Amino acid sequence: MITLTHYLVLVGILFSIGLVGVMRRTNLLMLFFSTEILLNAVNVGFVAVSNYYGDLSGQMFAFFIIAVAASEVAVGLGLLILWYKRNGSIDLNSLQSMKG
Amino acid sequence: MYEIIAFYIFSALSIGMFAIVVLSKNALYAMSALAGGMIFISGFFFILGAEFLGVVQITVYSGAIMALYAFGMMFFDTTRDVKENIKNKKIAYTLSILSAILVMVILCAPFFSSAIQANYPTIQNAGNIQMIGLVLFTKYLVPFELASIMLLVAMIAGIVLASKKMDIKVETSNESQVVKEVK
Amino acid sequence: MEKFVYIALFAPLLSSLLVALFAARPKILFTGILASALIGVSMIASFVLLVDVNAHGALHVKMMDWIDAGNLHIPFGFVVDQVSVIMMVTVTLVSTIVHIYSIGYMDHDKSFNRFFSYLSAFVFSMMILVMSDNFVGLFIGWEGVGLCSWLLIGFWYHKHSASWAANEAFIMNRIADLGMLMGLFLIYWQVGSFQYDIVFAAVKSMDVAIVTTIGIFLFIGAMGKSAQFPLHTWLADAMEGPTPVSALIHAATMVTAGVYLVIRCGELYTLIPHIGFAIASLGAFVAVFAASMALVNNDLKRIIAYSTLSQLGYMFVAAGLGAYWIALFHLMTHAFFKSLLFLGAGNVMHAMHDELNIKKMGGLYGSMKATAILMSVASVALAGIYPFAGFFSKDKILEVAFNHGAYYLWFALFIGAGMTAFYSFRLVMLVFFGEKEYTKYGIHPHEAQPFVIYALMPLGLLAIIAGFFEHSFEGFVTRLLSHYEVHLSHGTEWALIAGTSAIAISGIVFAIYKYSRGGFSKSLENRACYKLLINQYFIPKLYAMYIMQPFTVLSRFLWQRIDVRIVDFTVDLIAKVIYATGQNTRKMQSGNLSDMLRWMIVGMVALLALAIFFRPMV
Repeated sequence: MITLTHYLVLVGILFSIGLVGVMRRTNLLMLFFSTEILLNAVNVGFVAVSNYYGDLSGQMFAFFIIAVAASEVAVGLGLLILWYKRNGSIDLNSLQSMKG
Repeated sequence: MYEIIAFYIFSALSIGMFAIVVLSKNALYAMSALAGGMIFISGFFFILGAEFLGVVQITVYSGAIMALYAFGMMFFDTTRDVKENIKNKKIAYTLSILSAILVMVILCAPFFSSAIQANYPTIQNAGNIQMIGLVLFTKYLVPFELASIMLLVAMIAGIVLASKKMDIKVETSNESQVVKEVK
Repeated sequence: MEKFVYIALFAPLLSSLLVALFAARPKILFTGILASALIGVSMIASFVLLVDVNAHGALHVKMMDWIDAGNLHIPFGFVVDQVSVIMMVTVTLVSTIVHIYSIGYMDHDKSFNRFFSYLSAFVFSMMILVMSDNFVGLFIGWEGVGLCSWLLIGFWYHKHSASWAANEAFIMNRIADLGMLMGLFLIYWQVGSFQYDIVFAAVKSMDVAIVTTIGIFLFIGAMGKSAQFPLHTWLADAMEGPTPVSALIHAATMVTAGVYLVIRCGELYTLIPHIGFAIASLGAFVAVFAASMALVNNDLKRIIAYSTLSQLGYMFVAAGLGAYWIALFHLMTHAFFKSLLFLGAGNVMHAMHDELNIKKMGGLYGSMKATAILMSVASVALAGIYPFAGFFSKDKILEVAFNHGAYYLWFALFIGAGMTAFYSFRLVMLVFFGEKEYTKYGIHPHEAQPFVIYALMPLGLLAIIAGFFEHSFEGFVTRLLSHYEVHLSHGTEWALIAGTSAIAISGIVFAIYKYSRGGFSKSLENRACYKLLINQYFIPKLYAMYIMQPFTVLSRFLWQRIDVRIVDFTVDLIAKVIYATGQNTRKMQSGNLSDMLRWMIVGMVALLALAIFFRPMV
């Protein structure tokens, strides 16, 4: 029998994979991919909890998260293209202008 | 029984796919793996009885978002390997594992289930889509409309941002050359 | 009548604040005139109140609630009764004259305006002191006059000796004020109120030991303000200030605040006659002790300062023995003739170009007749010769001492009276008569401006006639203060008066005889007793050696060991830790997005850990 805990452990694993990506990647596009992973992991968690407690709020939240992710990608990619046109690179290190 | 098998298969596949996304040097591989991962995630939604969300996941994520990424990547040079000088790998892994452990400790801790009461309980004798429709257009109507406005804004923003100087080649897009080209 | 109370109280404050606006400007004659006029207004209001109190009795005004915290209720209240109205009249009268006099005296000083601001502020503080209807108001005034005294003694702050003297006066008063504060705390602890009437009603039913303690502590405060032994050294050094200040603060008003306190607390001190007797004994001791120092001193102002000290001793004898109205009477007459003496000394100083050594003067009568006459009048009054003011009050004090059976005290005061007469006329003789020593120093003395002399006339008049008000004064103040019964036969009284007058006159005659013939021989100056007196019994040296030096060593130790090594070090350490933290974490802000994300996740992990290990809600 698959319990809620199984799902939550899976969510934890997926989320930490996303975190690894966020920290490891310096290519901006890859960073976007990693954030998608984070969002998806959370979505799975919401839906699982929603299912096991018989409450629709979780699914609603997952739904809105998908909407937010879609708009984020649209704006983010637009900005990314603009940046690439100007600098010819989408590497994070090229964004650094401070010399701390 | 099928549920258990499906859960483990989907888990293994999605973890594997996402691991490729995070670790692969090739942007094209990463993107394809992400698309695959999204599909497997929708598998969980179907298992959990959220058919509507599963469909949305496939259409929005695997369809729309991945298509956007694909178009976006056409602007960038994707054939080459992504060059990243990654430093402090150890810190990244330690932090991730640590946070995973902490999240799991929190999630596996016994819930105070008696204290949790369903705000919008599932409705008997109604399909998933029907239930979602009922809740979405009653309790969540305002957020829903706001989300639609947000999507509209995002769409316009995406078009405006990406369409600037569309006709100019990427390589020649530093200021003086742009001025020359325009003349 | 209430408005006159406020006029009397706030006119000096207004004067001080208005003049303070011009404090940093060069001399403007108008400020002096304005200040004098406003103090004059205050004086007129005080006289109106005197008449009113005489006709209708005491006036009690509550301006507003001042402190209202918990069980502590202190109103801003003022009481104008027989005692405080006498003080008000004395203070404002002398102040007005001193203000007018200062216009002439400070004529060439570049801080003319500042001087008047301070002087009026002093008058305001003094009015608060005498008018307040509770101990806290009295204490505020007490500290206010202390502050103004500090400002005015150190008025010429660029002179090291002046600022040193100002600090000495201030610190000595602080020591005494600590005693007074202890007394006030004790009163509040025992009574729960600071109002005079409540406190004096309550002390009657209190344990004698506690009343004694309160009495001692309050008297310690009085000792500081009135410069009684052993806290007397500041008064002579305070002569560094401008002479009008010495006349107003260190002769007529502030130094008598201690006497006022004892008179005001008369109801308390009558319950503890043994402490009263101790006060009287100390007073008698100071009367002789200070007079003896005045005998040999050559500094014009210091002689008068010692004389003030000695006269304060007389007042404390009367107050300590319960003859409060006599103490107050002597306070008033003394204020008149002593301020006259000081102001006359100011004229002499001006004429002599700030020369203070009386050995270098002599024969000034020729060039300064008016000042000489006024100072002689004041000296005669001080010596206590009939019919001058000092005779009536001082003679009464001697009578009280005799009546009390305290023959030692009486004898001390008797000797003191002789000394007083001698040193007063030694001063007059050396300054105004005899050889014209000043010609050797190329000084051409000149009389002060006419208006200055006219301003001094009222004081001269009062020094002569104030004594004749004795009976009406007694009738007036004993409505509030207790009567003092003298049980001596008429014969004894006459004998006492004759004896006192005889010793005073013989002192004067001896001084005139000796100094008209060139004074004492030089060989006297090598005698041990002369050395003792001229060095003020070596008390300042003793203080310097046994109190100031160890204290300096201790302070130095605390500074170099405790403060620098521990306190400063701790504070510096905190700063260093913060600075080092900043220095080391500066690199965190690299501007690199990847690093920022990493830090964000570190924060997230920390918060998660916090959520697990620290859960106050569960």
